[in-house]
Amino acid sequence: MDFIHSLFAISAEELISSAVLVLLLVAAWGGDKASRAISIAAFAVLMAAAFLAVPVLTGGVGGQATLAFGGHLKLDAFAAFAKLLIYLGSGVTLIIAPAFFDRFKAMRAEFPLLVLLAALGMGIMVSANDLLTLYIGLELNSLAAYVLAAFLRADGRSAEAGLKYFVLGSLASGILLYGISLTYGFTGTTSFDGVRVALGTGTLSVGATFGLVFVLAGLAFKISAAPFHMWTPDVYEGAPAPVTAFFAMSPKVAALALLMRVSLDAFGGQPGAWQQIVIFASLLSIVIGALGAIGQDNIKRLLAYSSINNVGFMLIGLAAGTPTGASAMLVYLVIYIVSSIAAFVVVLALRDAEGNAVESIAQLGGLSRTRPGLAAALAAVMFSLAGIPPLFGFWAKFVVFQAAVQAHLVVLAALGIAASVIGAFYYLKVVKVLYFDEATDTVRGGEPFANAVLLFASTVFLSPLGYLLTRWLGALAGSAAAALFHFA
Amino acid sequence: MSQFPILSLMLLVPLVGAVLSMKSGRETARVIALVATLIDFALGVVLWTHYDVGGAQWQFQERAALFAGFEWKLGIDGIALMLIALTVFLMPVCIGASWNAIEKRAGEYYAAFLFMETLMIGVFAAQDLFLFYIMFEAGLIPMYLIIGIWGGAERIYASYKFFLYTLLGSVLMLIAMFWMVNEAGTTDIPTLMAYDFPASAQTWLFLAFFASFAVKMPMWPVHTWLPDAHVQAPTAGSVILAGVLLKMGGYGFIRFSLPMFPIASAYFAPLVWGLSIAAVVITSLIALVQTDMKKLIAYSSVAHMAIVTVGLFAFNRQGLEGSMVVMLSHGVVSGALFLAVGVIYDRLHTREIARYGGLAINMPYYALFFLVFTMASIGLPGTSGFVGEFLSLLGVYHESSWVALISTTGIILGAAYMLYLYRRVAFGDQKNADAAAMLDLDAREWAMMVPLVAVVLWMGIYPESFLAPMRKDIGALEARVAIARPKGDADVKTGANAPATSAAAALATAQLKGVK
Repeated sequence: MDFIHSLFAISAEELISSAVLVLLLVAAWGGDKASRAISIAAFAVLMAAAFLAVPVLTGGVGGQATLAFGGHLKLDAFAAFAKLLIYLGSGVTLIIAPAFFDRFKAMRAEFPLLVLLAALGMGIMVSANDLLTLYIGLELNSLAAYVLAAFLRADGRSAEAGLKYFVLGSLASGILLYGISLTYGFTGTTSFDGVRVALGTGTLSVGATFGLVFVLAGLAFKISAAPFHMWTPDVYEGAPAPVTAFFAMSPKVAALALLMRVSLDAFGGQPGAWQQIVIFASLLSIVIGALGAIGQDNIKRLLAYSSINNVGFMLIGLAAGTPTGASAMLVYLVIYIVSSIAAFVVVLALRDAEGNAVESIAQLGGLSRTRPGLAAALAAVMFSLAGIPPLFGFWAKFVVFQAAVQAHLVVLAALGIAASVIGAFYYLKVVKVLYFDEATDTVRGGEPFANAVLLFASTVFLSPLGYLLTRWLGALAGSAAAALFHFA
Repeated sequence: MSQFPILSLMLLVPLVGAVLSMKSGRETARVIALVATLIDFALGVVLWTHYDVGGAQWQFQERAALFAGFEWKLGIDGIALMLIALTVFLMPVCIGASWNAIEKRAGEYYAAFLFMETLMIGVFAAQDLFLFYIMFEAGLIPMYLIIGIWGGAERIYASYKFFLYTLLGSVLMLIAMFWMVNEAGTTDIPTLMAYDFPASAQTWLFLAFFASFAVKMPMWPVHTWLPDAHVQAPTAGSVILAGVLLKMGGYGFIRFSLPMFPIASAYFAPLVWGLSIAAVVITSLIALVQTDMKKLIAYSSVAHMAIVTVGLFAFNRQGLEGSMVVMLSHGVVSGALFLAVGVIYDRLHTREIARYGGLAINMPYYALFFLVFTMASIGLPGTSGFVGEFLSLLGVYHESSWVALISTTGIILGAAYMLYLYRRVAFGDQKNADAAAMLDLDAREWAMMVPLVAVVLWMGIYPESFLAPMRKDIGALEARVAIARPKGDADVKTGANAPATSAAAALATAQLKGVK
């Protein structure tokens, strides 16, 4: 009975994996000519998988019924929420990628398949209820991601990014695996529920503490939180722009959701042990993300530092360790994903007359004269990422800091928000270039219709109109976060 | 009338205008902007005439549960009414001042101004703590763009400084707001105004709010963004900055700091006084040596706003009413002075005082208007400046004669730098041929100046029109802060007051011990 039930519960994953196998065959016979058809099919599969995840999200807090395969997977509202975001990010990647790769004559049939495989791995990550399931999901995602980073084979920077990502990512996986083995050694189990029960709420043994620290360090690498952030700017800069966009969206959601699950579920009885680590990583990420970005002239590197900075803010919600904090993190993630969509669609649209990508911020001077719509969208994203009301990005910071204050982390909140002013400086710098500087008229050419629609929709979401969604978004994130704290 | 959502409409009209003018050309955009601001002005007149003086404390209330965590909740009392009136009055004048001066990217310019108007009215009308914060902070974006795109040579430095200074001031206030909402369990400003926060918490809550309002006000020594922003901003930007944005700081003190944290306010009153009297003396002396007209007026703004803070923290009716009148008067007068500078800047494109001279000969009407505003800035009886400064200083005299004494030097120094400015610009020989060739005011400039002069004289001769709507609210505020009122040096001698004072002191001690 359990097996049948489990098979039904993971219908989204089954759909994606069987689709990958079928599409792989199509790719083998159809070759690169079929890549567009495969992209469309892959997009449809992702949307169908998202559709399958919706009932779980709206179904309220689940108990035993959400566990599958003897408790290896937990398909609760939290997992469903994260999956929706992951599928959204992957779907957007599939929309924006073909036009980009076509310019390099490098659109290959493998691209949508790798994205699907990564999405599958991420879906497993966020539903993991066992340290081993966690690792399988993480590796499935990572291996696909390494290949994606190096997807422009003719481009040296892309190959370098792939290699860097692979070497450092493997190191992080090793650290994570070592932490998992230590945790197993000191608790005798790999299941999250077992670990939570075994660790109890009393004093943590030194070995278990080491296990916890290594697990968190490995995950901190995946979410690119300081001090494990060094790979981010290089990979963001080197990877093809649609892949960078992908990295900024889906894997970030998956790794953060996983971190939440591990901290609040497996190590949920020992908040004192991880809270200080999270607080440290959070403040350091905010400051390093903000200071590092100031000197950047490459827009992709700037967005990399911005993502480090934003992860810092999200970790404040985790540091709170409360359902409100978890729900705030999820709201932040949604807004961050949409900001990333808008930002990277703009990045893709920045091309000069020959069709080469314009990545230098200085060359965007006076974009507001030559391309007012594009400049307005980028300025809205920048102000939104800086958290300046009335843009919707303010709401993300709002809920996170409110959760921190409610959890009596007033000093953390005050330091974090004061550091956000440093971040505002470099976002302002971009707006200054766009609006105050003399026009360089470098950026030419239009963008595909689908990109324009995406840009318009995400900018509207980030505009003050986004506040009308707060009730709905808050309710969904609230029920997802409640599921996270619902232990069977 | 209370059912009709007039406040939302006042927010909506400029917003619609902003959207319409954004993509329009110069000719269309300025007409749209003028129409939108005039409609808002008309709505403001309706608002004032339908405001029931002496009626309910909060009128024209509206609410809609649109958002999670906070509400769309508007409502005004007399204090907010006056500041909204000031805003809607100054906006058409600003559009008029930009009519010919703005040539590049006019559509976006007027859109930024109209957006600004929505946010300014929103700040004064918001009855929800977070709605207020959003409106308060959002103003940074249009003002940053106004200074940065249409400003002078050093505009980029000035725009950064303006933005980052005010942002850093405000973010700590947000943390304090979270704490308050968590403690009191509501985001409703009227409820919070009556909520007694524990005395120990009031101290740092006050400081967090103070960081924001002191920068906005601006108080010495965090005023340095103001001269830069003023000098670089286009004329209308300076008018809005001096006329309305600075008032948000004073409004913040009246609406938040004083009623929500009365004990801490009393505790920190000496600090506020100290900073204020330092500002009065120092910035007045700095103003005296300026060679740039806008910079001079900017420094005089800091000195005038210091009189506001002195009066606010006097904790009595005269001080509070006086401060409000100084704010209204300064809004009109400093706005008018910036306009007056703008008028001659448009002709000669320089703000150097030395480049002018003898304007009374070739621009007699201009010189006349400029004289009225100069006198109002000095505080000549019969002009708006006198009423407020007199009341504020009287109020603080009850508390501390020393503070009153030093603050009063601001009036003398004010007379010195303003008259010195006027003499150099309007009197003397016509040293410069190009300045001597300037034409007198045209019809558009007349249309801007006449209403300003009328209000300056109205406020100076019959201030009751402005005081009446605020009287009840000031009374409520006075009663609210009475529990914590520090004993002034004027209280000591009168024996008859002793029981009342001791009762107040006992209440204050009870509060200090943390009744909550």
